[in-house]
Amino acid sequence: MSAASTTHLELRHGVYHDSVTLLQVSRDITAIDGVDEAVVAMATELNLGILADLGFGQHIDDATPNDLVVAVRAADDATVAAARAQIDAALAATSTSSVGGDFSAPPPRTVGGAARSTDLDLALISVPGEHAYVEAMDALRAGLHVMLFSDNVPVAQEIALKAEGDRRGLLVMGPDCGTAIVGGVGLGFANVVRPGPVGMVAASGTGAQQVCCLLDAAGVGLRHVLGVGGRDLSAQIGGASTLTALRALDADPRTELIVIVSKPPDPQVAARVREAAAACATHVVLGFVGRGERDLTAVADEVAAYAGHAVDAHLRWDPADPPAPAHGDVRGLFSGGTLCDEAMVIAAEALGPVRSNIPLEPDWALPDGDDADGHVMIDLGEDDMTRGRPHPMIDHGLRIARMERTAQRPGSHTLLLDVVLGHGADADPAGALAPALAAARRTADDRGDRLAVVVSLCGTGDDPQGLDRQAKALTDAGAIVCLSNAEAAREAVRLVSAVEGSA
Amino acid sequence: MNGASDTPLAALLADEPRVVTAGVGMFADALDAQGATAVRTEWRPPAGAGDALARVAGDPRLDDANARGVARLQAARPHLVDVVTARDAIDGLGDRTLLHAGPPIAWADASGPLRGAIIGALLYEGWADDPGAAIAMAERGEVNLAPCHEHGAVGPMAGVVSPSMPMYVLHDDEHGVTAHCTQNEGLGKVLRYGAFGQEVIERLRWMEHTLAPLTRAALRAHGPIDIRALIVQALQMGDEGHNRNRAGSSLFLREIAGDLVEVDAPAVDIAQVLRFINGNDHFFLNLVMPAAKCAADAARDIAGSSMVVAMARNGTEFGVQCSGTGDAWFTGPAGVPDGLFLSGYGPQDANPDIGDSTITETAGIGGFAMAAAPAIVRFVGGDVTDALAFTLAMYEIALAEHTAYQIPILGFRGTPVGIDATRVVRTGVVPAVNTGMAGREAGTGQVGAGLVEPPMACFVAAVEALAERAEEPPPAAEREVA
Repeated sequence: MSAASTTHLELRHGVYHDSVTLLQVSRDITAIDGVDEAVVAMATELNLGILADLGFGQHIDDATPNDLVVAVRAADDATVAAARAQIDAALAATSTSSVGGDFSAPPPRTVGGAARSTDLDLALISVPGEHAYVEAMDALRAGLHVMLFSDNVPVAQEIALKAEGDRRGLLVMGPDCGTAIVGGVGLGFANVVRPGPVGMVAASGTGAQQVCCLLDAAGVGLRHVLGVGGRDLSAQIGGASTLTALRALDADPRTELIVIVSKPPDPQVAARVREAAAACATHVVLGFVGRGERDLTAVADEVAAYAGHAVDAHLRWDPADPPAPAHGDVRGLFSGGTLCDEAMVIAAEALGPVRSNIPLEPDWALPDGDDADGHVMIDLGEDDMTRGRPHPMIDHGLRIARMERTAQRPGSHTLLLDVVLGHGADADPAGALAPALAAARRTADDRGDRLAVVVSLCGTGDDPQGLDRQAKALTDAGAIVCLSNAEAAREAVRLVSAVEGSA
Repeated sequence: MNGASDTPLAALLADEPRVVTAGVGMFADALDAQGATAVRTEWRPPAGAGDALARVAGDPRLDDANARGVARLQAARPHLVDVVTARDAIDGLGDRTLLHAGPPIAWADASGPLRGAIIGALLYEGWADDPGAAIAMAERGEVNLAPCHEHGAVGPMAGVVSPSMPMYVLHDDEHGVTAHCTQNEGLGKVLRYGAFGQEVIERLRWMEHTLAPLTRAALRAHGPIDIRALIVQALQMGDEGHNRNRAGSSLFLREIAGDLVEVDAPAVDIAQVLRFINGNDHFFLNLVMPAAKCAADAARDIAGSSMVVAMARNGTEFGVQCSGTGDAWFTGPAGVPDGLFLSGYGPQDANPDIGDSTITETAGIGGFAMAAAPAIVRFVGGDVTDALAFTLAMYEIALAEHTAYQIPILGFRGTPVGIDATRVVRTGVVPAVNTGMAGREAGTGQVGAGLVEPPMACFVAAVEALAERAEEPPPAAEREVA
């Protein structure tokens, strides 16, 4: 904060924009010459805390989460005025209000309102978690299937929604359902996959994306990926949506092969799912991910083999100057919970305990500061980390900050990252991550240490970001890039452990 | 294996889905990029009642209760059946009791126009000899005040009803509901706007002794008049049934004129009555209001229903009642209307919103039928598209489209009807209300007319009360494997 700077802070009551839109606006404004800080955000407790940390916090006592905060600090008044004008223009451009002078109804405010005026099938709901239940229940009562992207939805509400869906013959995908493909249309975070005979039921968003991408690379297409939400196979939810989705795919004449992907399910629920799978007329491949189970790559390989496309090798891109193994720790920074889980299972088998915010064993839980020694893997998409901010697949800020911290830790380490492409993900993740990776590697180099980087790149050739272009940018920054998350994890293990015994 | 292809799930998997999105705009953009059908909602966080809203949304009775309520409201077919004296019509309206508009209120909290109307009623009844004595009586608590709504009645503006006043009796055979309302006094210095001068009292006496007996006699000769049928026609003739009743008044006069002329009364009195009705564009309002009250009352007391069955103001507070919450009132401060003023008056002269006339909006006309009455937008300096926008915006918070009340310019689409308190809170869209404006000072009379926004707080309070009475969602059925 320079002495010459000018600060502007204003609260706009009753104005709402989603966090992704506001993040984009904030970024664009911060990029203006002369602007030191710009925060355009809903006045949630979290965001007010950020503003306070940035030195804006003293005048915003009467804010509620339904108010918009506009905070700008810039070199002079003219820059502040320019920034405000650009904010107004950007926010106005996001409004979908129709202009006056016609006889058309205003845009609907609720999914039920939309369903009353238009013939619809499905509601894709991504409102903040505390408001998701009301909107989802409204959608079901309007006869719509629901994909509930929102997280932080209480279990009791999930039970009630799935019971309501059951009574109406409607599918509830979620809550916390990040990925679905229905009738070839991607919803939420979804890769562009070739159409084909495989149908998937997925209690894991990035798990589904990983299998989709491996299948697509093997030449096997999918038409439906029905997400069910990460808790669906818990004892409380009892596989409600999994069983519904399985029955639906079994009855679908165009689905010739079904794969179920899930985080480790409750044993009794798993038994019911197995029983249901066995009763299907369609062949079902089960992919329960976890310790003692095979990884997603093996699951995808089995599906591909069943579809007649045996896989010899998975796509991989190596840098011109591959990193040499060196003793150190694996530091994993994941946007996908299942990918993080899978990597931890593989690493723990070879390396022992892996500390995490989603630990494989309770003892391995990270303290709040999470800068523990040893092998550490963080799921940045976990509920606690996404409250009040965009998902790490879109917002790389948290991840870049942690990469820098890792680079500053003495010793040689291996960074393991997932980069997820497809609809809904950042338009150019490598554009944000590659320079940060290169910088982190330089930081370690300057100290005489080695920072190796392995990227698990989840994407397809038809994804809007361009698979090869992303891979090239990452390998140019020195990373080893693998399409298979399991292979990436094994590569990271190799890079920190091969030195032992070879000296 | 379930091979049925006509289930909702089979239909979903058979084709490309048509998707509605709420929340992150980027997901709708991604659907657009794929060439899929995506309808975007302009979702915003609810205006309050977060947890309560969820409890009400989970109430398994909600949808059926609301569907039943709005169906009853629309099925009501109120007829004008009689004109009687208030003390005969209203139980408990004995000496020293006056009815008033809006939720319950005491003299100490009453605004200028309500006080003025109470003074005028005490003078009219002869309970007080002058305004000073009337005020003293009211201050000593010698006058009981009770809401019209709680006695099967509705009152425009101050809505003060005293025992000697004549009242229309409307009855709906369909649901066996009766509602009452006084006869309309005309515009300017009138009791309902809080004026109480000599001319006001004299007009009330003329109404009691001439207008009421003649209309009673004519009506008894004519037989019951279907008021809903007249409202249907009036909407197609440019009325919205609240602030504009020119067509309705004309239709009523046409209906009753023949029988009125045949009443056994001096021709000069008959002529005076005909001229009075003809000269009063709001004459029909006092028939529309009890018709709306009949309809709304038919939808009361349905457990689990979030439908609003009364909106009313007493000049201090705006209150609502919901079908699922019995007789409880939920209130917030009444706003000051925005509109046009009669010459000599301005915004500083206007009292906060007052009257039971919001029963018209409650029943799906008034502000909800603005598109039917483009002429009314002159009150807010808007144009015809504004009138359309008002009605179109109301569909979002309405449970249904009225099967009888239609709007020609919208292709005879039914008016939005049945206000859902939960949708008001969810969307932040408050009911559009047309209204007259009373002078702030007791005794002033009307100062203008315009539009007013109900306070969100009363809808939030209603949802919270509904949540207290909500049933838990039913448990999931035992799931069969395969």
